Amino acid sequence: MKPTSFDRTDAAAGILFIVLGLIFGWMSLGLDLGSPRRLGPGAFPLILAVVLTVLGLVILAGSLKSEGEELGALAWRGLLFILPAPVFFGLTVRGLGFVPSLFVTTVIAAMASLRMKLPAALALAVVVTIFSTMVFSYGLGLPFRRFGPWLSF
Amino acid sequence: MDLFSNLAMGFATAATPENLFFCLVGVILGTLIGVLPGIGATATIAMLLPITFQLEPVSSLIMLAGIYYGAQYGGSTTAILINMPGESSSAVTAIDGYQMARRGKAGTALAIAALGSFFAGTVATVFVALFAPPLTTIALKFGAAEYSSLMVLGLVSSIALAHGSVPKALAMVTLGLLLGLVGTDIYTGTPRFTFGIANYADGLNFVALAVGVFGIAEILRNLEGEQDRTVLSTKLGALWPSRTDLRAMVAPMLRGTGLGAALGILPGGGAILASFASYTVEKRLSDRPEEFGQGSVAGVAGPESANNAGAQTSFIPLLTLGIPANPVMALMVGAMIIQGIVPGPNVATEQPALFWGIIASMWIGNLMLVILNLPLIGLWVRLLKVPYHVLFPIIMAFCSIGVYSVNSNVYDLFAVAGFGLLGYVLMKLKCEPAPLLLGFVLGPMLEENLRRAMILGRGDPTTFVTRPISLTLLILAALVLVIVLIPQVRRKRAEVFTESD
Repeated sequence: MKPTSFDRTDAAAGILFIVLGLIFGWMSLGLDLGSPRRLGPGAFPLILAVVLTVLGLVILAGSLKSEGEELGALAWRGLLFILPAPVFFGLTVRGLGFVPSLFVTTVIAAMASLRMKLPAALALAVVVTIFSTMVFSYGLGLPFRRFGPWLSF
Repeated sequence: MDLFSNLAMGFATAATPENLFFCLVGVILGTLIGVLPGIGATATIAMLLPITFQLEPVSSLIMLAGIYYGAQYGGSTTAILINMPGESSSAVTAIDGYQMARRGKAGTALAIAALGSFFAGTVATVFVALFAPPLTTIALKFGAAEYSSLMVLGLVSSIALAHGSVPKALAMVTLGLLLGLVGTDIYTGTPRFTFGIANYADGLNFVALAVGVFGIAEILRNLEGEQDRTVLSTKLGALWPSRTDLRAMVAPMLRGTGLGAALGILPGGGAILASFASYTVEKRLSDRPEEFGQGSVAGVAGPESANNAGAQTSFIPLLTLGIPANPVMALMVGAMIIQGIVPGPNVATEQPALFWGIIASMWIGNLMLVILNLPLIGLWVRLLKVPYHVLFPIIMAFCSIGVYSVNSNVYDLFAVAGFGLLGYVLMKLKCEPAPLLLGFVLGPMLEENLRRAMILGRGDPTTFVTRPISLTLLILAALVLVIVLIPQVRRKRAEVFTESD
């Protein structure tokens, strides 16, 4: 990997922490800080937010003094398919029901890999869905509706 | 004697057919997920956590403990067979274990790891039984100020014992503390940082955070460059260690156990440090130091014993003080809270059966590991050959079901995706996720004790330094911080932790 003139990883981390610190700090100021005797809901978060911001500054300052490496490959395809999978499950598990929702969730997740072809993904999802329905719904008796109201005609 | 009657009660609790069954299931599941490359004990437990919530508190914690040992052993298996440690504590095992495997002694290396772990686990269980009760008595005298200071010490030392940059780890702890505060303020009922979403009023779901930051972020990283793993195609070789091997492993095993048991109690998770320390010690003491790195028996037996002993004794701060020493213990705290148990010194007095049952189940879990895994090694090896692109969709499906089943809250699933992204970004920025999780669990506890201490101290912040125990703990925390920041120590620390890379 090509070395960069300053440590970009650390610089990005520092900036991320500063931004998060400022957001939390700003939100804490909107809360009651209370008195020293009776600290309000905003007091402890404000202290932490200040600490986080300062640490972010320290990391950022340190990054300028040292060389670093490039970030390397990003899992774009992974991000695109893996993250929506649980979101889809959340959006549809009540409406579609456990069985169809889990099936589609598994297919979505499987598409994150370049090696996974659609037929194989479908087959895998069938197995996973049957297994999970047996184990979680029938076996452990979790209170899932197997088929939801969206599917009742 | 008290100890024996207590242990007897513990074994009576842990050895009911039901609990034995859950312990067994835990050990098997833990090993099963643990052998998946790149997935360490923490991620494994995070993923399997939701399964245990349907059980009775005792059974669920026993099963979790089983998952923990199983996952650790699974981690050692991948470390030895494909040089891919799931967790930093088994990174040391990979050094010599993998070399042994390359020389056709994979079976022996696995057996040595299992036997060393079992021995260390047995000794450490006795250690926990001996030391937990007196510590509980001390802990009962702790007030809010002492608790706050103790948590600060725990958080600070978790940084010292983890690897990576110190300011980054501190920032991760702080961020974790902040995330832990999301939700309704306990004193005033004010919603904090919820962005007006009522479903987050009870706080962010702990399981969602753990699964996202450890599980999903890990999957994303593994998807970065999809490449085939090279599983050793060579035969496992003889399983049972030869006489010479056995003789070579006894002393390192004993030393490793001692080291691990002592370091494991330290707040901040000594198990990782213990395995590194044990490796260094064995290398120093050995009359053939040149063998280390080439497949030395002592290099596997010592660290594996230290690792397991430390894993066991890290239950002590959890059971006595309610303070998690490492991310796995943080997961345990989360599980206990969900089960309605408030971790802390009261557990031992109010729920002795639970307390001693867990201790006894540690030993039973370790025994099951040895009995199970030696014959099943062949199966685990075959599992390693299952391609990753088949495994991760299954993991994703189970994660989704698991997180949803905790509270039937769909917002938890959105949080998983969010934390997965956050975890992946932080991982890319070389920030270790473990301190974040520790901070997240301790955040509400720390705030509550801090505020209570301020009320009791009539608004005078000097209450933390005028009470002797609290002052001592704070001085220790400051010392730890100063020590890790001293340039020589910093360099040495970097050296110790990179030796495995």
